[in-house]
Formats: sequence, structure tokens, C-alpha cells
Amino acid sequence: MTADMLSHDLSLLTPELMLAGGAMALLMLGVFLKGAGTPRLVHLLTIGLLVAAGFAALFLTGDDGQAFGGAFVLDALAKYSKVAITLAAAVALLLALPYLESEKLSKIEFPVLVALAVTGMVMMVSANDLISMYMAVELQSLALYVLAAFNRDSLRASEAGLKYFVLGALSSGLLLYGASLVYGFSGSTGFNEIAIAVAGEPSIGLIFGLVFVICGLAFKVSAAPFHMWTPDVYEGAPTPVTALFASAPKMAAIVLLARVLLEPFGGMIDQWRDVIWIIAVLSMGVGAFGALTQQNFKRLMAYSSIGNIGYALVAIAAASQTGIWALLVFMSLYMISVVGTFGAMLSMRTREGMVEQISDLAGLAQTNPGLGWSLTALMFSIGGLPFFVGFFGKFFVVFSAVQSDLLILAVLAVLFSVVSAAYYLRIIKVMWFDAPEVNFVQPAMSIYWVTRVAGWSTLLLLPALGWMVYRAFSVGLDVL
Amino acid sequence: MIDIGLGHYLAVAAILFTIGVFGIFVNRKNVIILLMSVELILLSVNVNLVAFSSFLGDLAGQVFALFVLTVAAAEAAVGLAILVVYFRNRGDISVEGANLMKG
Repeated sequence: MTADMLSHDLSLLTPELMLAGGAMALLMLGVFLKGAGTPRLVHLLTIGLLVAAGFAALFLTGDDGQAFGGAFVLDALAKYSKVAITLAAAVALLLALPYLESEKLSKIEFPVLVALAVTGMVMMVSANDLISMYMAVELQSLALYVLAAFNRDSLRASEAGLKYFVLGALSSGLLLYGASLVYGFSGSTGFNEIAIAVAGEPSIGLIFGLVFVICGLAFKVSAAPFHMWTPDVYEGAPTPVTALFASAPKMAAIVLLARVLLEPFGGMIDQWRDVIWIIAVLSMGVGAFGALTQQNFKRLMAYSSIGNIGYALVAIAAASQTGIWALLVFMSLYMISVVGTFGAMLSMRTREGMVEQISDLAGLAQTNPGLGWSLTALMFSIGGLPFFVGFFGKFFVVFSAVQSDLLILAVLAVLFSVVSAAYYLRIIKVMWFDAPEVNFVQPAMSIYWVTRVAGWSTLLLLPALGWMVYRAFSVGLDVL
Repeated sequence: MIDIGLGHYLAVAAILFTIGVFGIFVNRKNVIILLMSVELILLSVNVNLVAFSSFLGDLAGQVFALFVLTVAAAEAAVGLAILVVYFRNRGDISVEGANLMKG
């Protein structure tokens, strides 16, 4: 490998190198600096690092291409996801700072672990080889296991961490077993070479391997029937950690799943489309019916995320340019709404401490109209009511399914969306029509603004989406 | 004497993998056994990878196996750390006891 090639390859990895080096430097800084303000300083610097990495992914990586013998790929899909992931993680860190300080959890390890997890996520969306895929998934997962159990004096948080670890390790095992079969029966670990091997009549070993890989990744995106860890982990983990779990890692894992299915295994679409079809319907069903009886807001959002991953899988099942485009639009809008919702959840603090039951929201529209309006808009948006932006996310997903002749799947997606609207509307009913019981204290600045901005964006992003719809129907989606 | 071929290695790996998965789902007593089952799954994959690598005459599988070993060590370290934290809070490590959150 010549120096020219090396510098070209490394330039494609600019955001990853920044994040990995930055995380290490911040860890050193946190260890060697004494003083009470160090955790806050490291936290703020990490937010800056994440934003800088997002800008680097957008502007500094240069042309698209592959690096390190095809193990790493940079294309429009990877670039977009990297920007979305780094920004979502930065906002989650912004929400975490006041929470950690008030719960006496502020430690330098928290932001450093988030930076390492984000390094794994941005590698995941660029993985183009079974080895780099596995290493990226593990880098992300190992950091997230620790984050789930970060409140180490809490039994609930350590139980959540334990459950997440055991099921996450099992899913890594499934993914890895699938990867070994794929390697053995295709003869290579590179996605480019696997795509060539798959092009002919696929062997039974390859099909087995693909099914294991899908199962492993379905665990990571918490799609049914591999969702059982999600509600417990969401409920037990500290709330800002749950905000992170629900946004950036979901995006990374679903983009990785889309890449694995469409690029190396694009030739086996007949084999995997039915599997994804079933997983998508099960996820939407579990998300819609599981959430109906939940009393805990975080648990409800866990079921909501399972349902929403079902919609994302519908877009993958479409297996078209439109589907990928719908997937990215849907996941971006979902991440904005979910981060805003968790901001609202972090505002649910009484004088005694945090509360997280849905009944605690009673009368919020009277006691705290600003928060009430924001949460109402966010619930309408995630529920997919026209004309909030979330509606267009689901619309594009269903549109892509119809375009690929998956009519039954499209109809089921709409039906489950109607069922799931019930529990989003229940939250709105509790906020607007129940008698107030508790008063929340004024939240910190960052939580206040994240919630408000996310609430407003459910309406303010409409012109941008309207423009997309116009382009979609006038010149076709492929050019976007 | 029978010739030992690729199929035999794959069968051993598949059996080890199945034992590992069953160890996670059937065991109700001890969380340590879960960690051992996870290790068993990862090592069964290593048998697969090395067997394929040898029979394909391709080194990538052995490189992959080394990466898996490294990750398995890191995973055991993180898992045991979480387990210690859990034990400190709860006082025992039975799988059935981990039922604070349900529904």
C-alpha cells in the first residue's frame, strides 16, 4: 500500500478518526484534570466533538469511495446517516447534562462512552465487510451495555444493564454465526465479493447464514419477535440514556441492515423479503397492541419504538431507491420526535424527584401550557396524524411499499398506525382533560429548548417535506 | 479410519452453538452460566471460521477468528463488571430474581 493510497483511505475515515482520537483524548483529559468542574467540561467538549464529527462527515470526507481493500465504504447513504447519528447523539448528551448533575451521576466516563458508542455507529453505517461490520456492532454495543447500567447504585438500572448485556451478547452471537456461514459458503468476508457469490443460485448454507444475520440485526433494532429486552431496558436505564438508545443506535442498526440486505444479499431478495415482511408486521403489531395497556411513559415509548422500527422495515422490504429514501426520511423524523419526547419526559420532575407515569401528566396543558403544547404536537407527529411531519414519514414508507407491489403490507401498516394512534391520543387526553395532580419544577435550559424546538419542528419542517412531495410526484424520487 | 472433513467441523460447531443458545434460555439459576453460554457461542463460531478458512485456503477466516477472540475477552470483562454491580445491589445472581420490570 503506497502512502498516496493510505492518505486517501484515511481521508474517507475523517469523522471516525476524529471520534476515536477525541474520545481517547477526552478520557485522558478527564483523568488528569482535577476539580469539580471536570465532568461538565468533558461533557461539553464531547458535544462539540460530536457536532464537529458530523460536519466532518458532511464536508471533509471528499468523494465517495471504498477504503482498506473494500472493508469500508463511503456513499451518500453512509454520509447522511453519519450526520444524523452524530447530531442525535449530541442532542441526547445535551439532554443528559442537567439530569446527570441533578442525580449526582455526573462522571467523565459518561460522555466518553457515548463518544465511543457513536464511533461504533458511524463505522456500522460504513461497514462493507463482515469483519468490519462485526467489530463496529460490538464497539457500539459494549459501550451501550455500560451506559444502560450507568446508575450503578440503582437496582433497576443494573438489572436493565444485565438484561441488555445478556440478550445483546446472544444477538451478537447469532450475527456472528451467520457471518461465519456466509463467509464459508461465499468464500469471502467482503460485501463486494459476497454480492458476486450470491448472484447465481444461492446455496442452502448462504440462506442459513443470511437468516442468522437478519436475526442478529433484528435484535439490535429491537424488531419483534426479538424485542423482549426493549421495554425492560428502556424502563430501567437512566432517562437520557434511553433517549440515546431510542435514536442514534436505531438509525445505525437499521441502515446497516438495509445495506446488508440490499448490497451483498441483493441477489437473494426472494429469500429475505418474506422474512422482513413477517418481522415488519410482527413489530408493528407488538408496537401497536403492547403499548395500549402501559402506564409507564418510558415503557410506552419502548413499544412505540418497536412499532416504528416495523415501519422502517416496511421501507426495507420495498427494496428500492424509493424505499431507502423513505427509510431515511422516516428515521430522521422519528429521531427528532423521539428526542423531543424524551426531553418532555426529563421535564417531568417534581420537588421530590423524577416521575415517569403517564398519569403524572394529568392536566399538563393547564399547569404548564408550553410543555403541554410541545408534547401534544410530538405525540400527533409520532402517531402520524396529518398534517404533522410524522404523517409524511409514514406516508413515504407506505408509498414505497405500494410502489414495490407490497399491497398487503401497505394496508397492514396503515391499519396498525390507526391502532397505535389510540395510545398517543390517550396521552393527549390525559394532558388536556384530566384534573391536574402534580406540579413540575422548571426544567434546565437545554431540556426546555430541545423539547420546544422538537415540538415546533413537527410543523416547521412541513415546507421542506412539501417540497419533497412535489419533487417526488413531478420528477420521480430517484433524483433526490 | 474415517476421513474428517468440513462437515464434521461444522457439525461440532453447530452442536456447541445450540448448547450455548439453550444454556441462555433453559438455565434459570445462575447468571454466570449465561456468561459461559455466551462464550460457548462465540467459540463455536471460531471453530466454524477456522474450519472454513482451512478448507477454503483463505486467511481471512483466521483473521476474523482472532478478532472474535479479542471481542470475546472484552465482552466477558464488561459482562462481569455489570454482573458485579447487579450483585452489589441485589445480593444474589439468580436469573429468576431479575424480574423487577415486567409487562
